[in-house]
Amino acid sequence: MDSSTTSQANPAGASAPEGAGQMSIRTRDVDLFYGDFQALFGVSVDIKPNIITSLIGPSGCGKTTLLRSFNRINERYGNVTTRGTIEILGKNIYDADVSLPELRKSVGMVFQRPNPLPISIYENIIFGLRSHTPKPELGRRGDLDDIVESALREVQLWEVTKNRLKDRATTLTLEQQQKLCIARLLPLKPQVILMDEPCSALDADGIERVEELISELRERFTIVMVTHNMGQAKRASDECIYMYLGKIIEHAPTAELFLNPREEQTAMYIEGRYG
Amino acid sequence: MADGKTSSIRALGSRLLDRAEPLIKGVIYVSGWSSILFVAAIFFFIFKEAAPVLSSVDWGSFFFENRWIPNPADENKAPSYGAAGIIYGTFAITVVSMLIAMPLGLAAAVYISEFATGKTKEILKILVELLAAIPSIIWGFIGLVIMSPIIQWVFGVEVGVNLFNASLMVAFMAIPLIVSISEDSLRAVPDSYREAALALGASRWEMIYRVLFPAAKNGLLAAAMLGVGRAVGETMAVWMASGGTEQFGLLFDRVKAMTATIASEMKDTAHGDEHYQMLFVIGIVLLIICVIINVLSDLVIKGVKKKHS
Repeated sequence: MDSSTTSQANPAGASAPEGAGQMSIRTRDVDLFYGDFQALFGVSVDIKPNIITSLIGPSGCGKTTLLRSFNRINERYGNVTTRGTIEILGKNIYDADVSLPELRKSVGMVFQRPNPLPISIYENIIFGLRSHTPKPELGRRGDLDDIVESALREVQLWEVTKNRLKDRATTLTLEQQQKLCIARLLPLKPQVILMDEPCSALDADGIERVEELISELRERFTIVMVTHNMGQAKRASDECIYMYLGKIIEHAPTAELFLNPREEQTAMYIEGRYG
Repeated sequence: MADGKTSSIRALGSRLLDRAEPLIKGVIYVSGWSSILFVAAIFFFIFKEAAPVLSSVDWGSFFFENRWIPNPADENKAPSYGAAGIIYGTFAITVVSMLIAMPLGLAAAVYISEFATGKTKEILKILVELLAAIPSIIWGFIGLVIMSPIIQWVFGVEVGVNLFNASLMVAFMAIPLIVSISEDSLRAVPDSYREAALALGASRWEMIYRVLFPAAKNGLLAAAMLGVGRAVGETMAVWMASGGTEQFGLLFDRVKAMTATIASEMKDTAHGDEHYQMLFVIGIVLLIICVIINVLSDLVIKGVKKKHS
């Protein structure tokens, strides 16, 4: 994947249309309804690959809804209607021929509360692989061991867990659990990782270390992160999207959005006047 | 004026309540302990009735011989109490009924908890509870009058009241129990597990058997064990639908269960005679089986709670 596009290189902001091929996620006129309640209004946004994009805005502004429509996990509730198109790597994920397991293989997700599955650390890491690989092709035990080791190494969990891989994942600390939740996405080689307030359940040290980790991952993935924490948005993201009442208000490189917001609403929010 | 009155009445009420407190406490205390007392009394009574014969029971014959002849036709012969066929009957009905009830009950629980939504879900839950409310005599009746000819016709067997019929009826009785407990334990699985599995690209079915079942394992086990308890203890439907012959019968043979033996033969005994006491021995064995099942399922459920807290 082309990793030359960085936030610094593109001061114009992503709202300006660019070559479609370069965008990782591209939505056009997305309206989303929960039953009769409209949660998103005409959302059109382009999210670049290999940077971290933060979704910010007051509670109920639709940022989590938008995030959860990128892997269509919000359809679980049954009464969700989505209109418009969301293209991920050039393919509209709302097309009829899209397979949800395949979509979710390339669009991973990390949740607000660490949610490792109630199985061993080892099995958590290869859970996705087991789903996506027919049994005979799953490889020998040794191959799986290597996959688990490299995934855990990437999130700096290998040293603490190498002797307890068979332990239940829920015995780890919250910070370790959240790192595990990131690690289990890696064997699937996703292109996009969605993060829904990934640090909100962690203490200060945990936040710092998980942010570092996320920041390292950006080189290989497109990361979209919902956050309530302005400090985190400022520290950890390259671009920010400010949402309010289901609409995109402003999308700009982080420094620009915080120093020099175009919209007054954005300014009020980041100054903490509401939200 | 009126306000003064009501407040003084209220004050009087609360003073009375203060007085009554020790009494209320006492009543609650006694009610709590009475359940223990009752259980102890049941054990005492059953053991007392069987006591005179307990020392002389030929346990080898009781457990391993199928010769239940309490009243031999030849008066010179001694009665024989080999209950193996009867114990087998209870065992066989339990196993076959659970083979039917567990998959069906679990499937129904999965459907209600994971697939049904809104009205369908509510209606199904009410129907399951309704199914649990059907008295066992009605099931016996259904087995005897409706199921028996159907079994004869479908399977081309001579006798419609048999192991299969009784097991089917017991299964229908155990299913609501299994469904409601399994459903509770599936519902208790945190939603975040479902989202985690689905977000990793698992299909719904994979999510169910690779995440929900292991997570709800203890609750599902408890449901199964309570189902077994139901099957072991069921009397009326089993009596009516099983055919009542003590033998090591196969699926379409008549069998006889421990419960049904006690119920059907008690009227033939004289209070306190050997036959009467032997029926109580069967009762003791049954009681012990049920206690073991209950204690086991209790331990399993406790395990669930510990893990959740």
